[in-house]
Amino acid sequence: MRIFSTFFAAILLVPFLACATQAANDSSSIPSAVLIQPAALAAALQNAKETPLILQVGFRALFTQAHIPGAQYAGPTNKEDGIANLKAHVETLPRDQKLVIYCGCCPWVKCPNIAAAYKQLHAMGFSSVEVLYIAGDFGSDWVDKGYPIERGD
Amino acid sequence: MRCLAVAVLLATLVHRADAVPLSAPVKLVAGGAAPQFVRQDVQGHRVDLNAFHGKLVLLDFWASWCAPCIVEIPHLIDLQRRYGLQKFQVIGISMDDSPAALREAMNHFAFNYPVVLGDATFGMLYGGVFWLPKRFLIGPDGKILEIWNGELAPSVLERSLTVALKGH
Repeated sequence: MRIFSTFFAAILLVPFLACATQAANDSSSIPSAVLIQPAALAAALQNAKETPLILQVGFRALFTQAHIPGAQYAGPTNKEDGIANLKAHVETLPRDQKLVIYCGCCPWVKCPNIAAAYKQLHAMGFSSVEVLYIAGDFGSDWVDKGYPIERGD
Repeated sequence: MRCLAVAVLLATLVHRADAVPLSAPVKLVAGGAAPQFVRQDVQGHRVDLNAFHGKLVLLDFWASWCAPCIVEIPHLIDLQRRYGLQKFQVIGISMDDSPAALREAMNHFAFNYPVVLGDATFGMLYGGVFWLPKRFLIGPDGKILEIWNGELAPSVLERSLTVALKGH
């Protein structure tokens, strides 16, 4: 009987936990003016004399499998410890540093990391933050499109 | 000291015996052979895919911070409970960055299937796991039956499962 009641409690509890997390990290809250499309970023990286600092805020296994050349791994930002990691990662940067953040762990509308990362950087006073808009996932929208990647840590 | 260094190196190599170099992953398709692996689950038990030959296996790549993944775990636990005796096995592969990150999720659910800690090597072995959740249904003959990217309605998964169980 305990097994069944635990099971049904989990069934009821899990959607609330998931929804609470999702509401706090709603990617639709990111202003469209700061979004950059993959094709545009790929072109910009090829042509730019000065490349921005690119931060991946997804999961390490994704970063190691493939990431944008020159990107640094900042880690998932859907929880407080991840936010703290991001803060520590960028703390000493000048606030006019050009930054691009991306995730790509799952479809944009479901991403638990990207909005939280953007909000944190905005709150810290970074004035030049762009967010790579990955509609589906990093594999489909960047790797499979033939845009440049690096592998490894 | 040198002996210790050699022993550590050997242990690392043995542990990563299934490691693949980080070159472009080979895309997996239905009908192809599921790559073999041997890992330890979070309880330290050996999980060898080959040991499940003859069973229908569902590999579930997930992470503790992935909301759609978490929502579907109770369904997977339920499927394991209802179909486990009919030669069905779920294996969870957590793509969390560390065991500590995974531990909290492990405490929330009464997993009745093994959960191993995945990594980039595992992801590359399975054709590149670039989003979560990602699932592979593997037939009793070791061939991939279906691959699902993203959220999956429980009814869709169960339908595929029951069809596969009938077919085998």
